[in-house]
Amino acid sequence: MLSYLANPLRFMRFSRLAVPICFALGALMIGWSLYNGLLVVPPDEKQGGDLMRAMFTHVPSAWLCMGLYAGLAGASFVWFIWRHELADVAARAIAPIGAGYTALCFITGSIWGQKGWGAGWHNLILGDSRLMSVLVLFFLFLGYMALRAALETRQKAARAAAILTMVGMVNVPIIKVSVDMWQTTTIHQPSSVISIGNPEPRDKDAGMNIVYLQQLLWGFGGHTLLAAAMVMMLMRSEVYTQQADRALALKLEGA
Amino acid sequence: MNPAPLFSAFRSSLSEAWASGAGLLLPLGFFAGTATMVPFTLGSEAELLSRVGPGVLWLALALSSMVTLERVFQADLQDGALDLWLQDVGSISLVAAIKTLTHWLVSGFPLVLMTPIVGYALGVPFEKMIPAMIGYGLGGLVFFLWGGVAAALSAGVSRAGLLIALIALPLYVPALIFGVQMAESGLDSPSFLFLSACTLFALGVAPAAMGEALRLAAE
Repeated sequence: MLSYLANPLRFMRFSRLAVPICFALGALMIGWSLYNGLLVVPPDEKQGGDLMRAMFTHVPSAWLCMGLYAGLAGASFVWFIWRHELADVAARAIAPIGAGYTALCFITGSIWGQKGWGAGWHNLILGDSRLMSVLVLFFLFLGYMALRAALETRQKAARAAAILTMVGMVNVPIIKVSVDMWQTTTIHQPSSVISIGNPEPRDKDAGMNIVYLQQLLWGFGGHTLLAAAMVMMLMRSEVYTQQADRALALKLEGA
Repeated sequence: MNPAPLFSAFRSSLSEAWASGAGLLLPLGFFAGTATMVPFTLGSEAELLSRVGPGVLWLALALSSMVTLERVFQADLQDGALDLWLQDVGSISLVAAIKTLTHWLVSGFPLVLMTPIVGYALGVPFEKMIPAMIGYGLGGLVFFLWGGVAAALSAGVSRAGLLIALIALPLYVPALIFGVQMAESGLDSPSFLFLSACTLFALGVAPAAMGEALRLAAE
């Protein structure tokens, strides 16, 4: 699939259809999960009552910002080894979307935490390890974009940014572990999505209630499609920009 | 492999540190100055200062490592030394490593030596001083290596100081955390081992990335 789309012409043909479809499907799925999540499912008192409805945006964006950084690193790696132009176009398009999702994750998380963790914790959002590692990830995305913006030619920017992302990627697990060790007493709940199947929803160590999980997965699917659509749209505009530059250069040359 | 480029890199970074006015004194002054500001911002209670002292020194170390990073590779790019080193196949990573280590020697290591004085002024207990100094040495190496990667990546950018800071600071996080924990718990704690692991990891990875970045900058 990926190697099939590596041809820019095929990519443009594919994405012309895929972008609107992904947008529409993503909007439907996000809408469905938000409708159910905000209005239908019962609030969970243990998770801050109605505030736990932030989960249906918070958890998908948390998964996506890590996935997008991995995607950025993958695209940079492919470009660095095989010098495939489309990979660089993809990396460039992923960065702002990833930064947006890290910001979304941090903002929803701190709103949820500020109220949900009670008055004693309200000014300690910066003291929670899982939110802090998201914040560090945000700065990694920012550094990537700043470096790209600072270098003058596209080739140089692509190469420097690829090196930076690969250095960042090998550091991400270390940062994650170190931040976890920094605050061992996180009040953020441990990952609770994977252990599905326990029918007792109120048990803290048990898996998530299936009512919430369904909406969460709808939200995750919807946000994934939305992110994919936005990345492809940015890629398309980048390809068009490059084509326009080439046409302009030819015209100035008098060809 | 011909060791001549390594010697020339070592010599040139040493002389660069002394050239252009008070090269060596700049980070030292910054380090001392930052630490001096602390009582003004946090208040002067002795108990508070001795508690936050090690952490403040870590912050000052991280920030003062930034002061000179911008110059590490830019001069070589401008005077053509980088092109000469690049002609010797395969040595650019080593040259970059030597340059960063020399850089640490002239502007990181003096900070370690200055730690007892500043630490004493902040009231850091004496028995914590030796572990803290070892920690600052190891952590400083991590800072200069990852900062060196940022500096090499932005060697072609004029006035890259803020860019280097933005790129390098997220990479400083693990060393900062383990370093501060180690300052609390001493040499026989896992934090010391983790900090050493961070240093070794940076020593292994950063030179390769710097070499690749310098090859790009010279084009």
